[in-house]
Amino acid sequence: MRPKTLFDKIWNKHIVHEEEGKPTLLYIDLHLVHEVTSPQAFEGLREAGRRIRRTDKTFATMDHNVPTIDRHNIKDPISLQQIETLASNCKEFEVELFDLASPYQGIVHVIGPEQGLTRPGSTIVCGDSHTSTHGAFGALAFGIGTSEVEHVMSTQCLWQNKPKTFEVRVDGKRPKGVTAKDIILSIIGEIGTAGATGYVIEYTGEAIRSLSMEQRMTICNMSIEAGARAGMISPDKTTIDYLRDKPRIKLEENLDTLMKEWLELASEEGASFDKTLILDASKIAPQVSWGTSPGMVTGVNNKVPNPKNIEDPVKRKSIEDALNYMGLEADTSIEDIKIDTVFIGSCTNGRIEDLIAASKIIEGNKVSASVKAIVVPGSQVVKYQAEKLGIDKIFKDAGFEWRESGCSMCLAMNPDKLSPGERAASTSNRNFEGRQGKGGRTHLVSPTMAAAAAIKGRFTDVRLYDIDLGEY
Amino acid sequence: MEKFKTVISRPAPLDSSNVDTDQIIPKQFLKRIERTGFGEFLFFDWRFNDDGTVNSKFILNETRFKDSEILLSQENFGCGSSREHAPWALRDYGFKVIISTSFADILFNNCFKNCILPVIVDEEMLDYFFNSTLNFEDYELRVDLENMVLSDNKKFSHNLDIDPYRRKCLLEGLDDIALTLVHEKKITIYENELSE
Repeated sequence: MRPKTLFDKIWNKHIVHEEEGKPTLLYIDLHLVHEVTSPQAFEGLREAGRRIRRTDKTFATMDHNVPTIDRHNIKDPISLQQIETLASNCKEFEVELFDLASPYQGIVHVIGPEQGLTRPGSTIVCGDSHTSTHGAFGALAFGIGTSEVEHVMSTQCLWQNKPKTFEVRVDGKRPKGVTAKDIILSIIGEIGTAGATGYVIEYTGEAIRSLSMEQRMTICNMSIEAGARAGMISPDKTTIDYLRDKPRIKLEENLDTLMKEWLELASEEGASFDKTLILDASKIAPQVSWGTSPGMVTGVNNKVPNPKNIEDPVKRKSIEDALNYMGLEADTSIEDIKIDTVFIGSCTNGRIEDLIAASKIIEGNKVSASVKAIVVPGSQVVKYQAEKLGIDKIFKDAGFEWRESGCSMCLAMNPDKLSPGERAASTSNRNFEGRQGKGGRTHLVSPTMAAAAAIKGRFTDVRLYDIDLGEY
Repeated sequence: MEKFKTVISRPAPLDSSNVDTDQIIPKQFLKRIERTGFGEFLFFDWRFNDDGTVNSKFILNETRFKDSEILLSQENFGCGSSREHAPWALRDYGFKVIISTSFADILFNNCFKNCILPVIVDEEMLDYFFNSTLNFEDYELRVDLENMVLSDNKKFSHNLDIDPYRRKCLLEGLDDIALTLVHEKKITIYENELSE
């Protein structure tokens, strides 16, 4: 029999109905819901007199809008309405909700894995493009619009055209100081923000295998920034070891059988992909984005590009527009770019390993006098873990603000936002115009690069810090 | 959903690539809990100056493109977030067709749920539309989904290549959920097998 990919196995197992010339009706194992993309879907159910088909497969949290200071006192009346609407909808439709009072509340893509809701081999959707994060566990996970949220609520299924498969193989070993964030940013820099449109990426190779689960989540999280429908990594011992003690998994009666099945999902030797890209991890440097699209990225020792050197008129114009918005001169050295703000957090880099690594760079140092720096843990569980380790103290002693969990400045729907012209080193995932606040200028970096930038007040090569970051 | 009818309009040329959903509908407008009324916030940061006045330099604010129902844009239109607020804003503003060389996956999908037809063309064709609409005051494109023809009031005509199932859904204004519930028995069988 032809060797199968992880994607093939999951897809085939979830087909409910197939018909020539039509998309496939796929079964959905887990539906995650948040306050921003769900109100109109609940309203649709009410109007049609429909219920949620599988409340046991549907979970909700509030993350996008929530303040990270004084979170029980939401001052923005429209944010408050959206949060209250989610609470009343979850009550009416009997959906389990991790609300602001819950010790498990957090960014939807942080709490899914943390609670053991995310499982290998499953299909996972959420009205949020960074649902691709869950693919790190060997799941098929992708973002959907609100009409599809309503569709999954009513039917537990989705119509899907079968995507093609794209193997991104990262061989070799990461140099010290180069993180999962740098790997994914350099992949996007290489293939572009539409480089994987129409494809599901499977990340393979030695450099991927050696990553922890949290780092794998960072990789899969940004698959959407390369245009991919989803990103995934075949389950292995690292996956199983991470999941074993998670709350919703450890009580499974047949855990050993389950874990054996999960391991069997891995792409088989010789399985073929529609497209393959091979990168060498040893050649990757810490990355810094300079433009207004995640593909506009370069190594920390490089310079901002010069549009004059670009022949293609569409590309040249987009670089000119980006430099203009970012307030950067062509050919500026990345290390000469001064920053005003540092944001450490988000579904990309707001987990405990991210905070530990950043704190090691910070320890014994002070945030530059001209920089405002905040840390927003990805969930209440991450916050609790960090405080137990005393990491909050390291950050606070250095001059960072230590906040409550949520999406925060990644998309600035809550009060945490940049002012016009304000320049940030951010561990988030999008550097679009206005993403972190109207007129705000975002540079995407890893947590350790963000920490080093906080100290120096400008970008600096984190590899120069002689600090043992372990496997990070 | 409403049915998609033939669109005849002068196309509005938005000469940017990677137009992301944060531009299409900035996050401060995502807090509404309705599906309607997003049109006035479309491309908000481009259409309006910081002081709230109309940015006369932005192409969509030019009188000749004010009533456009067709939007032209460069590659990778609609990248970024999954927010359906983006097609809600585009449709509410008046756009029924978007033409580009490529679209981001989720937005492409979301368009079909909101009676918007995304059309993929090659670079030469897109260039031709950009130039024509900028240079000819009477320029109009005609998008006929029924007969699968994209033509203009010059001599251009091109056969559209649209997924037949999606075409049918748009033309008949079909409700996805009702279509799926036809297969409810199969969903139940699947679920029963799953729990065994």
